[in-house]
Amino acid sequence: MMMKIPYYPGCTLNTVAKGFDVSARESALVLGFELKELDQWNCCGASFPLTPDNVMGLAAPAKVLANASSEGDVVATLCSVCYNVLKRTNKVMRDDRDRRREVISGFIEEEYEGGLDVVHFLEVLRDKVGFDRVRGAVKRPLKGIKAGAYYGCMLLRPFDDVGIDNAEAPVIFEDLLRALGCEPVEFPNKIECCGAHLAMGGEDIVTRLSSNVMASAAGSGAEIIVTSCPLCQYNLVKSRERMMEEGGDLRIPVLYFTQILGLALGQDEDILELGSGLHDIRPLLEERGI
Amino acid sequence: MKIDREKLHSPFVEQVERVSGEVFANCYQCGNCTGGCPVSFAMDYGPSQIIRLLQLGQEQLVATANSMWLCVGCLQCYSRCPKGVSAASILEALRQMTLRKGEDHEDVGGLPFPFLKDAPQQAIISGFRKFVS
Ligand code: SF4
Ligand code: SF4
Repeated sequence: MMMKIPYYPGCTLNTVAKGFDVSARESALVLGFELKELDQWNCCGASFPLTPDNVMGLAAPAKVLANASSEGDVVATLCSVCYNVLKRTNKVMRDDRDRRREVISGFIEEEYEGGLDVVHFLEVLRDKVGFDRVRGAVKRPLKGIKAGAYYGCMLLRPFDDVGIDNAEAPVIFEDLLRALGCEPVEFPNKIECCGAHLAMGGEDIVTRLSSNVMASAAGSGAEIIVTSCPLCQYNLVKSRERMMEEGGDLRIPVLYFTQILGLALGQDEDILELGSGLHDIRPLLEERGI
Repeated sequence: MKIDREKLHSPFVEQVERVSGEVFANCYQCGNCTGGCPVSFAMDYGPSQIIRLLQLGQEQLVATANSMWLCVGCLQCYSRCPKGVSAASILEALRQMTLRKGEDHEDVGGLPFPFLKDAPQQAIISGFRKFVS
């Protein structure tokens, strides 16, 4: 029977980032496992409370974890923010007796002691499937496409809680891209912030931070940018729109890593929601005869 | 700037320490946090300066600075602090203390429709968490 991994999609993948969700699920099937959506889930709260004093902020993610624990001993996520919030909350529930008590008796009314393993889909590919096996399953190598792996913040920091890879010089993304035939490109801003929730009311700052990221990638020779966060994706794309309106010129498609994975595994382009205009990678693929 | 003995341990300063879980005296002002902070260019005071002002009991300057509203929570400050201080937690504490008084930073009713329509849910939810009581 096919291995099943319980999967938490989160709100955004259910709505504006469906392509991220579908491409991951389909890729998993090709690689021999199923991302099985949890029967019961709610929003994770989209930001881990940064003060120990804010116990209420742990209630929503703790509820997700408590529900997930009845469906297996691991839960996988795709969105970097969900990953960060769930993984950090899980650590509190496991290691901090006082706050665990407060969360359980004050909010979720369900016993949960942090027994789950919260993993990101990238980790599943690296540790459970193995990048060599991914390489072996590639049907359409993305030969020579220069890709900038944009990590942003939530996948990496804080290292002591998240720990998916080295916080200053991560390689997990690049290793995957190499397995798909791409040529990963190092660029200075790959672990810098896109502007995050300043999307609400702080557009000028977002435009500056996000266009720095894109310019840094393009300046290092990247032809596409690959991300694992719908908020990074949104901020980058919106910033480009604002820059283009003001006469700027930044042409570089921004894609979810699972869309690139899906393409390389030979999936039907129609299900991947590859986007349009400046956002579309297909003209580049055509130009290279891929 | 006037520094007086009483203000050094004012209820405000003590509350920020309690809510944030950080001890201001741990910071030795190396400036790494401000150097790595992606939004310090737009802040009235960068993260290390906010901590310095708190060490000196300058409630007024800290409470009226825009810094807390600009922090994106990227954790570069904490990640690069040689003393393990989280400026992000301190700025979040300042935000929380303001919001708990019912003083919202964003007017929910005034958010532009295109944003509400296109933005990922996580942007709206985390924005509310950071800016609305
Ligand atoms: S990096 Fe740490 S020790 Fe240095 S100024 Fe910032 S908070 Fe203080
Ligand atoms: S978490 Fe806030 S203070 Fe710290 S580096 Fe990021 S934006 Fe600056």
